[in-house]
Amino acid sequence: MNWILKMFQSSLGQKLLMALTGLFLISFLLVHCGINALIFFNDGGEMFNKGAEFMGTNFLIRAVEIFLFAGIILHAVQGFSLTFKNQKARPIKYAVNNGNANSKWYSRSMGLLGTLLLMFLIIHLRHFWVVSRFTDEITSGKETLFNEMKEVFENPWVVFIYVLAMISLAYHLLHGFQSSFQTLGLNHKRYTPIIRVLGICFSIVIPTIFALMPIAIHFDFIK
Amino acid sequence: MKILKLHKEVISNLNPQKKRNSMSGNMNIKLKVWRQKNSNSKGELVNYKVSEVSPDMSFLEMFDMLNETLINEKKEPIAFDHDCREGICGMCSMFINGRPHGPNDAVTTCQLHMRSFKDGDTIVVEPWRASAFPILKDLIVDRSSFDRIISAGGFISVNTGNAQDANCLPIGKNEADESFAAAACIGCGACVAACKNSSAMLFVSAKVSQLALLPQGKPERHQRVLNMVAQMDSEGFGACTNTGACEAECPKEISLSNIARMNREYLSAKLCSEIE
Ligand code: HEM
Ligand code: SF4
Ligand code: FES
Repeated sequence: MNWILKMFQSSLGQKLLMALTGLFLISFLLVHCGINALIFFNDGGEMFNKGAEFMGTNFLIRAVEIFLFAGIILHAVQGFSLTFKNQKARPIKYAVNNGNANSKWYSRSMGLLGTLLLMFLIIHLRHFWVVSRFTDEITSGKETLFNEMKEVFENPWVVFIYVLAMISLAYHLLHGFQSSFQTLGLNHKRYTPIIRVLGICFSIVIPTIFALMPIAIHFDFIK
Repeated sequence: MKILKLHKEVISNLNPQKKRNSMSGNMNIKLKVWRQKNSNSKGELVNYKVSEVSPDMSFLEMFDMLNETLINEKKEPIAFDHDCREGICGMCSMFINGRPHGPNDAVTTCQLHMRSFKDGDTIVVEPWRASAFPILKDLIVDRSSFDRIISAGGFISVNTGNAQDANCLPIGKNEADESFAAAACIGCGACVAACKNSSAMLFVSAKVSQLALLPQGKPERHQRVLNMVAQMDSEGFGACTNTGACEAECPKEISLSNIARMNREYLSAKLCSEIE
């Protein structure tokens, strides 16, 4: 077992963990976005509540949820660890550094974008996950998750924070999606251009759909 | 007559030497150069003026000119690394206006010419910045961490005796080409200097790839990548964020695909071999 620990302590091993957990989070985003997009049926949240109930009560999904939290924590811990180690590798900065000449700003700001995402996740979990799991608001039938959503998104500041977070997510993924394949060693003249295009599409489409949810609810497009 | 005159004018415009002589295209350049006595002292950016700089000079020749002036003024000349002055040794490390080897792509500092700058420009010159490249003096950094990575595995073991016939080892054209492209790395360290993490991934992956692609390198490939990565980490280089800054600044245009190959080599060494 020692070899596994040793591997994940090396710089390449740490990045491997980032890539694997990152891709896992990407797959989660797809499911999460799909279920939540049910609100766009605009049927008073009927479809959405059914989907949410299935996700909340299905044994398999609940089991995967544990992995999801482990994945987020692992991704964040490794992310911070790498960011600090990387900063230590250049203790004295350049007086003049023209980073834009050779790389994209968001690829150089993954730590910052990730930190914003982590802060958002805490707020987001407090809004919905804590309410649905640790209070009896929803299980008792007093409230539905859809109504909870409408209440939360009444506040324009909340909408603003959610939209800002989705912009951070878009940039995090714009670099992260293709980067994770490179980290896993998957780079090929034939497939890499496809992965890049797929990554750009994912990074724009998914966060946009997510961002439209609080906006649509706040402005009563969805009732 | 008029046409002839016009013709003459065009010809003289086409001949840059003549044009320059007639109106002296020489430039005045302001420099801000990092001066630092030794590894332990604190350094600072110092201002210099260099006048009558010919656009045909290389960047290093402009530094030679400045140093001659400094020596004549009984001042300490600026210490900088250089050797071949033709883009093959990798010594001429200078971080110029925020980029390793200056504003042009795919060249070293010795291949950079003053015509890439304008009269009156201020140019900031700093040493490579990385904890794995400690500053020795002024613009000179100690790159022996690269040597130690090579000693850790950037070689093949060969028995003594007669060399075997080269044609006994069939090598695919693609592999040969890719290996050759990776072997073009001159160990200059621009990749480390450009990377926000001071990561040496492009350099190490070029060396790993060059050998892993060839039959001669295959027997030791697992041990090699494990040892070289371990040495790279212990030298204090950062990890790779895949920003691509290294590839963009590499004077030999070493490809990022080498980094992916090293990730594969590392994973397969960890998962498939029994080496600790
Ligand atoms: C839904 C949320 C998230 C997704 C889908 C996601 C996805 C990704 C992906 C795919 C990568 C690329 C991995 C690689 O380069 O191999 C990445 C990198 C990174 N992520 Fe996230 N991430 C998320 C949240 C976070 C959070 C909460 C943090 C908090 C610290 C974070 C910090 C980072 C950092 C620092 C990197 C760059 C690591 C490096 O290459 O040095 N991410 N992320
Ligand atoms: S990979 Fe390129 S930038 Fe890095 S040391 Fe080799 S030649 Fe220099
Ligand atoms: S002095 Fe040899 S590469 Fe520039």
